[in-house]
Amino acid sequence: MRFFSTSMFRGLIAQVAGTVLGMGLAMALRVVFGLPLSSPIEAEDAHIREVIVVVGVLVGAIAFLVGSGVFTDWFKWARGEETSDDHTPDPSKPNWMRYFSVDFDHKVIGVQYGVTSLLLLLFGGIFAMLFRIELSGSGITFLNSEIFKVLLGYDGPHLYNTLMSLHGIVMIAGILLGVGAMSNYLVPMLIGANDMAFPRLNAFAFWINVPGAAILLSSLFFGGFDTGWVGYPPLSLRAPLGMQMFLIGVYLVGLSSIAGSINVIVTTLTMRAKGMSLFRMPIFCWAALATALLQFSATQLIGLSFQLVMLERLMGMSFFDSLQGGDPVLYQHLFWFYSHPAVYVFILPGLGVISELLPVFGRKPLYGYRWVALSSFGIAVVSFFVWAHHMFVSGMSPFLRIPFMYSTLLVAVPTGVKFFSWAATIWQGKTIFKTPMLFALGAVVIFLLGGVTGPPLATIATDLHLHDTWFVVGHFHDTMFGGFIFPFVAAIFYWFPKMSGRMYNEKQGKIQFWLMFIGFMLMSNLQLILGLLGMRRRVVDFDAALGFDTMQLALTIGGFMVFFGMLLFAYNIIRSWTKGEVAEGNVWDSRSPEWQKPNPMPLHNYEQPFEVVGEPYDYGLPNSRYVNMNPAGGSPSAH
Amino acid sequence: MSAVESYATKLVRNRMGLWLFVISDAFVFVGLFIARMVLLGDTRPHLDQGLGLGVTIMLLISSFFMNRAEVEMAHGNRPAFLRNIFITMALGVIFLVGVVGVEWQIAHFGPADGQQGAVFYAMTGFHAFHVLTGVIFLFIVWNNGRRGHYSAEKHWAVEACAIYWHFVDVVWMFFYVGLYLLGTPIV
Repeated sequence: MRFFSTSMFRGLIAQVAGTVLGMGLAMALRVVFGLPLSSPIEAEDAHIREVIVVVGVLVGAIAFLVGSGVFTDWFKWARGEETSDDHTPDPSKPNWMRYFSVDFDHKVIGVQYGVTSLLLLLFGGIFAMLFRIELSGSGITFLNSEIFKVLLGYDGPHLYNTLMSLHGIVMIAGILLGVGAMSNYLVPMLIGANDMAFPRLNAFAFWINVPGAAILLSSLFFGGFDTGWVGYPPLSLRAPLGMQMFLIGVYLVGLSSIAGSINVIVTTLTMRAKGMSLFRMPIFCWAALATALLQFSATQLIGLSFQLVMLERLMGMSFFDSLQGGDPVLYQHLFWFYSHPAVYVFILPGLGVISELLPVFGRKPLYGYRWVALSSFGIAVVSFFVWAHHMFVSGMSPFLRIPFMYSTLLVAVPTGVKFFSWAATIWQGKTIFKTPMLFALGAVVIFLLGGVTGPPLATIATDLHLHDTWFVVGHFHDTMFGGFIFPFVAAIFYWFPKMSGRMYNEKQGKIQFWLMFIGFMLMSNLQLILGLLGMRRRVVDFDAALGFDTMQLALTIGGFMVFFGMLLFAYNIIRSWTKGEVAEGNVWDSRSPEWQKPNPMPLHNYEQPFEVVGEPYDYGLPNSRYVNMNPAGGSPSAH
Repeated sequence: MSAVESYATKLVRNRMGLWLFVISDAFVFVGLFIARMVLLGDTRPHLDQGLGLGVTIMLLISSFFMNRAEVEMAHGNRPAFLRNIFITMALGVIFLVGVVGVEWQIAHFGPADGQQGAVFYAMTGFHAFHVLTGVIFLFIVWNNGRRGHYSAEKHWAVEACAIYWHFVDVVWMFFYVGLYLLGTPIV
């Protein structure tokens, strides 16, 4: 079995061994320092166990990275050995092995990110479906089933809280990986580079997600946690051991985000093709650059806040527990300083994909290219000054609310620029309704819904009423589906021939679109309405007298339609990867450089560098060119 | 185009990448400093002033030797480079011993003792971890330099090490002020 020699397998074995070793090490150290290994007092015993498990899990994560081999080249550098820059794969190994092994090709890493992302989205979806079944009627029934108690050791409300929290954070991890997938796969290809600036760092940034995701999901079996994805103290200080798995898992995914974003920035700034000035880049690269700027700076603060919670839990350092004089609002500031920009990290690449696809399928120039490019930066800059709008009811100084309300409403300006550009781009175009275009248009509609439900939450007076209701849930799902899920699906369909050399199934794609679009509309609008009617979020049960039963049932049906849509998507791409129709040449009549090359993309993207000679989106203008793929020959000005 | 790129091209990217990392890492320390301001305000932990000043001077001087090491390597003077980098490393170790080995032991409070314990051990701990990684980095560079690596033209690792070391030093300048000078001591 060749699978046993892949990095994935070796890494996971090393992680298991490392975890056991780390736990042993922690116990040995406790013995050496004369600390007890167990205690008759229940709470103290749990604390000792927690310390030992956390050390083990951390060692396990490092062991995964060593075992998988991402560190190998760096260890060689540290010993003063040279490594080869020629990353041509070993021809004696089958191609599929590259996807399970440490590989430095950005296209392979992009696909690795993408598949891991979809897997995490699937897990997040399963968690959602489980608690949606519970919520489809009043009274706690489904989550009280015997099976959960047997499998996990807990059930009922605590299980609901765990599933709801995990749904949130696993989806977020999945989305971050999806963002990594798009940035890694597309940016070098679109700017005419053959790889990312730091291929080894790129591989590291992907592989650290694997132990991260494994640890995050394992929290289900460590007693779960009931804080929601935000992990506010003091609740997160008292939650079961699963909380630590959440903190460590998210921390590792965040590290990946930082490392990956540094790579994207350097690649975009230094590796563009000849003639490609910043304002001649494909528009997605602007979005990816703005995203990376947010990721590499703000992510550190969620890392810090999570580490402080870990330290408080492990060593009793009182940062956030107000009983010990700490300040829980401090946590919220540190947390939202990342987690608000984070939602722009999730949506900016998606909005970039929309801007990228509309001109191709509308056969018209992108309206206001420069404004769209800079609007991504506008959103990124403003997003640093809005975090406390999540905290209008947190007990922070009331006078802080006013500036944060205004800065939050300001986000509508650059976002509005994008909407007007999209509307003007498709206006009177000869639109081709292929699946990627359907998803891009669906994304515009859904994101608009997310946009108009934002101001009521940004305005203090209405937010005091709407805070912590399902209205927030509805608003957030609108932005995530419009800003990430639909564009991500569109991007996968659009660039599928580049990855696999084959076409997806158009009919299944269209069925998927309508299933998901209708299902989502049902789901999110009901979330908004229920929220307005006063349905609190993050509660396992609601009073039958409220009369929400019918709407909740319909909401569950909508949720399942989205879920089945994504399952159909998985079936479509898995099947088409080997059995789809062969896609020859420039499938979409795109002007972008990657489509001037054969499908799938050649191993080293552009053996011969191309030159940019015009504007990227002048669709429909006669005699306009974007790239000259063969600058040495043919052109009379060559010398 | 060949898959192998020139050293100069890579150097531009490496420099940009490292500076981005430094900026990114700085956010952690800014966050810690903010936590200190929120939790301690105009008070500060009760600490040994002489020791604090001593380790700070050690770290400051080490940055001078780090700079000398880099300049000597740029001039191709290997023995002087090795000497200076060794002194930097030694001063770094002295700093670590001073903070973790002495200050942590003689402090009147442990990590679990109120806000001053939490803030002091978190700030010095995060910083000491960076000093430790810096010392390891210095050792790697010293060890490879000893075995004849690096030249006047190609010594990116030395430069990277110097940037990182100066960064860790600058962070301590702020942390020293925040922990030892700002506000009135908690008795």
